[in-house]
Amino acid sequence: MSAPTSAPTPASQPRIAFILKKAAMSAFVALVLFSLMIGIRTEAGPTGQLIYWTRFGDLATLVAATFGGSIVIELLRGWLGPSGAADFIPAPVQSAMAIAGQWIAPALLIFTLLVPVIFYDQRYILDLSILVLTYVMLGWGLNVVVGLAGLLDLGYVAFYAVGAYSYALLATNFGLSFWVCLPLAGLLASLWGVMLGFPVLRLRGDYLAIVTLAFGEIIRLVIINWQSLTGGPNGVSGIPRPTLFGIPLTPGDDGLAARLGIEFSPTHRIVFLFYLILALALITNWVTIRLRRLPIGRAWEALREDEVACRALGINTTTTKLTAFATGALFGGFAGAFFATRQGFISPESFTFNESALVLAIVVLGGMGSQLGVALAALAMIGGFELFRGLEQYRMLVFGIAMVLLMIWRPRGIIGHRSPTVYLKQAQAISSDLVKEGHG
Amino acid sequence: MNGDVILAIDHLTMRFGGIVAVHDLSFAAERRKITALIGPNGAGKTTVFNCITGFYKPTGGTMRLTHDAGQVIALERLNDFRISQQARVARTFQNIRLFPGMTALENLMVAQHNALMRASGLTFLGLIGAPTWRAAESSAIERSIFWLRRIGLIERADDAAGNLPYGDQRRLEIARAMCTEPALLCLDEPAAGLNTRESAALSDLLLSIRSDGTSILLIEHDMSVVMEISDHVVVMDYGVKIAEGSPQTVRDDPKVIAAYLGADEQEAIAVMESGT
Amino acid sequence: MDYFAQQLINGLVLGSIYGLIAIGYTMVYGIVGMINFAHGDIFMIGGFMALISYLILVSFGLTAVPVILLIVLLISMAITALYGWTVERIAYRPLRHSFRLAPMLSAIGMSFVLSNYSQVAQGARVKPVPPIIPGGYRLAEHNGFVVQLSNIQIIVVLTTVVLLMIFTWLVARTRLGRDMRACEQDQTMAALLGVDVDRTISMTFLIGAALAAVAGMMYLLYYGLVDFYMGFVAGIKAFTAAVLGGIGSLPGAMLGGLAIGLIETMWSAYFSVEYKDVAAFSILIVVLIFMPTGLLGRPEIEKV
Repeated sequence: MSAPTSAPTPASQPRIAFILKKAAMSAFVALVLFSLMIGIRTEAGPTGQLIYWTRFGDLATLVAATFGGSIVIELLRGWLGPSGAADFIPAPVQSAMAIAGQWIAPALLIFTLLVPVIFYDQRYILDLSILVLTYVMLGWGLNVVVGLAGLLDLGYVAFYAVGAYSYALLATNFGLSFWVCLPLAGLLASLWGVMLGFPVLRLRGDYLAIVTLAFGEIIRLVIINWQSLTGGPNGVSGIPRPTLFGIPLTPGDDGLAARLGIEFSPTHRIVFLFYLILALALITNWVTIRLRRLPIGRAWEALREDEVACRALGINTTTTKLTAFATGALFGGFAGAFFATRQGFISPESFTFNESALVLAIVVLGGMGSQLGVALAALAMIGGFELFRGLEQYRMLVFGIAMVLLMIWRPRGIIGHRSPTVYLKQAQAISSDLVKEGHG
Repeated sequence: MNGDVILAIDHLTMRFGGIVAVHDLSFAAERRKITALIGPNGAGKTTVFNCITGFYKPTGGTMRLTHDAGQVIALERLNDFRISQQARVARTFQNIRLFPGMTALENLMVAQHNALMRASGLTFLGLIGAPTWRAAESSAIERSIFWLRRIGLIERADDAAGNLPYGDQRRLEIARAMCTEPALLCLDEPAAGLNTRESAALSDLLLSIRSDGTSILLIEHDMSVVMEISDHVVVMDYGVKIAEGSPQTVRDDPKVIAAYLGADEQEAIAVMESGT
Repeated sequence: MDYFAQQLINGLVLGSIYGLIAIGYTMVYGIVGMINFAHGDIFMIGGFMALISYLILVSFGLTAVPVILLIVLLISMAITALYGWTVERIAYRPLRHSFRLAPMLSAIGMSFVLSNYSQVAQGARVKPVPPIIPGGYRLAEHNGFVVQLSNIQIIVVLTTVVLLMIFTWLVARTRLGRDMRACEQDQTMAALLGVDVDRTISMTFLIGAALAAVAGMMYLLYYGLVDFYMGFVAGIKAFTAAVLGGIGSLPGAMLGGLAIGLIETMWSAYFSVEYKDVAAFSILIVVLIFMPTGLLGRPEIEKV
């Protein structure tokens, strides 16, 4: 039975009251939380004692913003429904995006190859793209450990640091060239990966995460305090720049420019560095893709899906985990060596937990296991960070907020599916709802 | 027991702190036969499985596996994955443990990991795409296709295992275990949740696996499956063996009836003798 | 011997602070099975709340130190508890049924939010305060070395003991404590039996945060300053304490805290100060590898 309704829907009145009440509560909570932190500003005064002043205006603004924001969120929640943003994109757009998705990777690759050509004069863009590529490589390296094998590593920066310091110390103390030091740095990082892996094999989930975090911090503290070896907080400087197989990129007569008969420009070195990191990253990518199709890669993914079943199938989960750590560490070490040679100077400040968290966020945002996703996520993250240049604290604050929001809205990352590594007829994308995230 | 024994369990005991889950259990499974391990819930059957397949280290007793060629392997001394690798004992799980984010085909390929690792030269030959590796990979795919056909899932080879219907998942798990080419296949409640038609198909599959030469040890609650395919039945209750013999013998044993029905043994004999 | 005695006193005091923070970790892990990475930063926020409220009270002209301290204690406990509650509501509750990695990453994000929010709000420089509770007692004196027990040290230990007693009573005797223990064992069943699981979990976070606030205030009194990164390192050490004592066990958390405090102090005194943090982190690794259930915890059997 249905009666024609011309009266306003009875649901709207209590709903408005509900939204207002919720907003008022949120505003009240905000008031209490921000009362001291925002309302009062302390500072060490001129005579050394602590002084303060009030910022009630700021406090009022934030409370009002919370009130308004709460209303907006409730309205959005009502509008989008319980499934959230998933239904927001209409179906034809979704399938168009899927088709476009197949072309993104090759298009991105071609664009990347041409970046130094397009932006030759813009040093800033070149530097930024080198930074992005470094994080892409770090993301791809960590992806092997976290995305493929499902091992929660919160201390990835340790391998980065070992690679950087190995290269720096080998180059400055023994005068070995970049091309000799690079594999050595990778091997040393890989060795550390195995050493880290051994003790933590039986740990799962949160415990594995915090132990790897502890290892990362230990490495940083050892670097800071072992001054005779690492130079302590002063770091290692005077790290030689890379050469094109022995030919330096300097203005002199023996430089590459002179040999090629072209005019020297400092941009040459930047371009060289760009293609160097691009090559390293692409090697990382190629090796990872191939390894996924080989038994070891499949074992990594199976480990993530169900470790107990792996053991029942005769897979040595110990060596499988160790190879995952070693491989991820190897790529981290390479990236570290590149970082050292690009900067010419390294110090422990570059190897904090923030870095590990950032690379992990890139891997998770990318959609664990997906190479393309990681690359896009690195671009988004580092690009986003650049927008906050100069506002260091706001940067990390926004980063933290972004991580929380990401976990609430899209915990499986940008790329919502996994591609199988072998198929009979057709590779069907497997929805990320089915793919396990791994427990370590 | 007059046949050739593949698995001999002697005085197996498993203690967890103060609880004795399995106490002084001894039985033998014959080669190329199907042995069923039955008993009420909590009898300790899965614990026995976990001991045999290396997930628990038994507190006492021995478990001897004898291969066709004659070598005897002491299972109680092997680590979990070695039991599959060296002793060639494969198992399935009570709550299906497939790799849900991988396709049916990939699941079967993972099972052939060890052979493929050797063929890939510990990955290095595989990285460079050596012909020996490619040949090994093809034959692994062939074996997977063979099993997919056998369990009737060839059409769904590229579907995610997590998307398959329950009955298909059960059969896929068995096929995956068979891809490790085991001498002894241990199945933990393979018929759980299957309807009559699916149970019948399962029975056929297990019988054909047996005639191919694989020995089977099976935990099961579905009596129709047990009665139809088992050659030998062992009954447990509260961690001890209470009966053993052919399916018919065990079915009529008053101790077994009492254990399942929770009735007194005398009462069970009375019920039997009264013919109801 | 006197040197040792002094280190012993110092270690126990430091350990009390760690223990208060560790209780928060162990309670949360026991009830929702996650490591609250942001808990260390809640401790830092507690320290800040104490600092700021103290400043305000002093500037109003209050001079009675015990009164000031009591008010500061209550204010910082209340506000910090609200922080803990808010973090759980915003960052963890929506993810309770999500996959296991999600709450952990959310917690890491929250940790960044809290420490950087404080930095943005108060400026990055360290804030020192002059000693609020001067004086103490000389316990012994030999060869010119004096074993001292300062008033602050007494207050820290007393406060810790009192809070521990209140808290143990809470868990053992009240309805809330019973609900907490029920949720720790089996959330679904507890819900079916009428326990308000959401509220119980919220209260757990709230209480943990309140205790961390006390720890923050004690830290401020003892060391005379708060800084933004004290949460990170203290957090890991307190978590180590919780694991050492046996995760999920409250007396274990306190015991672990005292142990870590003692080890850190002894290590700094007799070996090297620079590597004291390495010592604490190494203990975490060693305990998790060789003794994951800790001293007082219950062993877990893997069900296949």
